[in-house]
Amino acid sequence: MKKLYYDAKKCTACKTCEIVCAIGHSPSKDLYTAILEDNAALPSVRVYAGQDENYPMACRHCKDHPCVSACIASALRYDPKEGLLFDKEKCVGCWMCIMVCPYGAVRPDFRDSKSVRCDLCADIKDPRCAKNCPTKAIIYVEEKAINV
Amino acid sequence: MAENKFYGDSATREMRQVAEDLGIQTVWDRELLQQPHCGFGLLGICCKNCNMGPCRIDPFNPNGPKLGVCGADADVIAARNLLRHITAGSACHNDHGRELTKAFKLAAQGKAPGYQITDESKLKVLAQEYGVKVEGRSLQDIAVDLADRIFAEYGQQEGELVLIQRAPKKTKEMWRKLGIMPRGIDREVVEALARTNMGVDNDYRSLMRHGMRVALSDGWGGSMIATELTDILFRSPRPLDSRANLGVLKYDQVNILVHGHVPVLSDMIAQAASDPELIKLAKAKGASGITVAGVCCTALEVLIRRGVPVAGNFLQQELALITGVVEMLIVDLQCVMPSLPNIAGNFHTKVISTSPRAHFPGSEYVEFKEEQGYEIAKKLIRAAIENYPNRNQEKIHIPKAVETLVSGFTTEYIFEMLGGKTLSTYKPLNDGVAMGRIRGVVGVVGCDNPKMQSGETHIKLIKELLKNDVLVVQTGCAATACGKEGLLTPETAFKYCGKGLQEICEAVGCPPILHMGPCVDNSRILTACCEIVGAGGLGVGLDELPVAGVAPEWMSEKAIAIGWYFVASGALVVFGQPYPVYGSKNMTNYVTKEVEELTGGKWAFEIDPLKMAKIIIEHLDSKRKTLNLKPMMYQ
Repeated sequence: MKKLYYDAKKCTACKTCEIVCAIGHSPSKDLYTAILEDNAALPSVRVYAGQDENYPMACRHCKDHPCVSACIASALRYDPKEGLLFDKEKCVGCWMCIMVCPYGAVRPDFRDSKSVRCDLCADIKDPRCAKNCPTKAIIYVEEKAINV
Repeated sequence: MAENKFYGDSATREMRQVAEDLGIQTVWDRELLQQPHCGFGLLGICCKNCNMGPCRIDPFNPNGPKLGVCGADADVIAARNLLRHITAGSACHNDHGRELTKAFKLAAQGKAPGYQITDESKLKVLAQEYGVKVEGRSLQDIAVDLADRIFAEYGQQEGELVLIQRAPKKTKEMWRKLGIMPRGIDREVVEALARTNMGVDNDYRSLMRHGMRVALSDGWGGSMIATELTDILFRSPRPLDSRANLGVLKYDQVNILVHGHVPVLSDMIAQAASDPELIKLAKAKGASGITVAGVCCTALEVLIRRGVPVAGNFLQQELALITGVVEMLIVDLQCVMPSLPNIAGNFHTKVISTSPRAHFPGSEYVEFKEEQGYEIAKKLIRAAIENYPNRNQEKIHIPKAVETLVSGFTTEYIFEMLGGKTLSTYKPLNDGVAMGRIRGVVGVVGCDNPKMQSGETHIKLIKELLKNDVLVVQTGCAATACGKEGLLTPETAFKYCGKGLQEICEAVGCPPILHMGPCVDNSRILTACCEIVGAGGLGVGLDELPVAGVAPEWMSEKAIAIGWYFVASGALVVFGQPYPVYGSKNMTNYVTKEVEELTGGKWAFEIDPLKMAKIIIEHLDSKRKTLNLKPMMYQ
């Protein structure tokens, strides 16, 4: 399965990933109109500041996925080929997934009490954060291509 | 893979392929590499004015930062950024005016032998406006006094500018009431930088009011001074024929390109190129002659006065070098891409920079001094001729594309055009508007931009405007875009215009698109609007006129400054892509709505050329309705 990987050394914290993520998940998919939408999407990727490096962070689509076990509403499911699948309709906003995520990669949206997580841009099957990262700090490659 | 919205004329398409084959990176390639452009930058909500930041306002997260470290919100940050853009743009035009004043004074003192006062009557009119005594004095004395008065206006601290007094009374009263009447030229620019420092002006409305004052000091100050003095020094333009596009470069001639904005240099090069001694030298080197052609606005300075052909507009500057037949590129300042010396390095082309304000690593620097203007011009042309035999014959590709055009319409010439020499008047134009033959007058101006469908935006918009009986006036690279498509000819009236506009063009004998010169000559559009108000019947303030301005492919800060002096003067101004302001709802509301209650002008942003035309036409119609003009005759 292809996954998102981050090279913290290359991240300049420009937050382009956050912006393109929010635009891509907003109804209009256009910067100038997305910011005016009442239901504009929250970015599911966020850039965190480390000691000396910046970390872009979104759902890791872990093989070992504590969020799935913790979800009381069965809104989360794991598929070995597609990663973590989220049924937003079922989410009741208990925030258990947020509590158990080892990466802090899930965030709450208090407007509709639903969690926000990366879907790897399922609509275009090509994550926008990786596609638009100006320094290529975010890459989208097969898991086996990465030496971990 | 990202893509440009590239369209381009045939020569541009052809040369882009040549560039690709030669492995030379151009503006379109770099634009691709820059995608995506930063969303914070596009929205105008990043601030790096102090070292507590840089700060950014989060446009999406309700819990993200909504204030910079200092406490500035999106409104203040966007307003401060925009004011700095306006200021940089105005500073360019104002400095351009200063350069002309310097050359004008040196010419008047007899210290710059290559330059003369060629338009005596214009000199006298301007001198009287500045309160310089004219009767019984020599032209030189008048000119020296006038130059000193203009220099003093740059440093003036109080009072009002001289040329802004040309505006209708109602418009001036509006500026005084709003407190945006410029007090001096340099003063407003300096104050803008002071206001935008951290912790000074923290009210977006106040910042924008000063923005208008800066812009007015440009349009009715620096730019207008530049236009007037250029006319006095290098002759006032009258319509003439010329040609545009890369096809003006000649295989068997020494090709010299002038690029930049200030005609003090380019006009001298154009003059010196006809020196018999130099033509003889060119022939001795195997060339059949010397071709001087221009790029960008300095091209239009020598086009409207000397008929020097235009090699291309802003986006074509690199492509011109890639033809491989340019012996020398002589640049001064503004809109000169830093990439040029590198590209020239692939060919025999020499790049000469000339302005102490504008240095280009990789170019040869020959400082241009008015005192030795003609000698320096001759020296440069001689070096270009010497370079002719160095061409690499395997790297030559000149596109055939070239179109004829008519250019050189000024506020003063329109009098003559409409009324004849005996009865100088704007009345026929006003009557045409009032009777419903002409819907209104629209300036289609500005740059070309790789982020837009370059060229096509202008063409589609203008054809739509002409179809709806809108008389078009043009300046700058937008004008060159239309020239390259053959639209700047009288025949356009029969091909694309509505019946009403066609009748006017036939009766007056003018093309439906009037090319008024480079972008600094947008000041001519201001004075022409004053004459329209003066001729009567269309209201008493500039804000009442059925007019608009549009810069479909703007890219320069200068375009923002120009747009703002038109909005502050009461006009609708439409830009293609928005300038960075959408990150603040209040600022967006201010520039697109609220400002109209103050000046009568406002901004609109629209990328699609047909929708742009619709916005403009609806605006003209609403102004016509307010003025109670007759319905359009052939609707």
